[in-house]
Amino acid sequence: MMNCREATRLMSEARDRRLNLMEKASLKVHLWMCSGCRNFDGQMDSLRDLMRMYAHEDDTVDSGKPDDRSSGVEK
Amino acid sequence: MTDQPSSPLNDSAFLQDLRNQMLKFARLQLKDEHQAEDVVQEALAGALRNAEAFARRSALRTWVFAILKHKIADSLRGQYRQAAVFDDSACNIGEDGDDQLFDERGHWQADERPQHWSTPQSLVHNRQFWAVFDACLNRLPAAQARVFMMREFLELESAEICAAAEVSTSNLNVLLYRARLQLRECLENHWFAEPQGKSR
Repeated sequence: MMNCREATRLMSEARDRRLNLMEKASLKVHLWMCSGCRNFDGQMDSLRDLMRMYAHEDDTVDSGKPDDRSSGVEK
Repeated sequence: MTDQPSSPLNDSAFLQDLRNQMLKFARLQLKDEHQAEDVVQEALAGALRNAEAFARRSALRTWVFAILKHKIADSLRGQYRQAAVFDDSACNIGEDGDDQLFDERGHWQADERPQHWSTPQSLVHNRQFWAVFDACLNRLPAAQARVFMMREFLELESAEICAAAEVSTSNLNVLLYRARLQLRECLENHWFAEPQGKSR
């Protein structure tokens, strides 16, 4: 049975190569049962999206603009 | 050169800021400070030569970064061809690093189990978030950061990275895995699990 360490490794590799049928099947079964790894899978997508935004940060970290946060929440 | 006040080229604060951002990117990927300065200089000079067409800052920035990507990729290819071996630390991929994340059976430790991240896409304009993101990226070990940036920033294919960085496919997979594992953990701990991250 696949554990989380193996599952996360496969989820990472799935972003770089095509998984074979066997890998896909075992991963699917694991994800079915494991909410932590399901979250991890979504985070891998988010990480890629975030990197794209970071790479094309047109207006993301634009200079000189005052921060539009007005909630007053401090870090 | 036209001297319209609206041209981003006349705004030295903007140019300085742009240069700093470029340096930040270059430093993540090139180990040599001078090399980073060089590629940024080249990219900036090349871009500004034709930059009068870019009245909008964001358009200029996008274009300058596109050029920088190529300069860095070229530089990396040259660097690895010269060096012939990848950084020692790249080959040094023991099981360190994720021992605290998983228990002895390879399952998530209870307090390390990934949480649901709420709408990361909404963070695009959040300066605080990008500061955290930056800090997390900078925390990656150099060898991991380099291949991760080649994959996710330069968007090179695995085969290209293996050739350029002279690592085996399995080493590359491990390096990318560790980078992603660490980056997601850092983001979760410092943003998504924090009140300001949860609230959005």
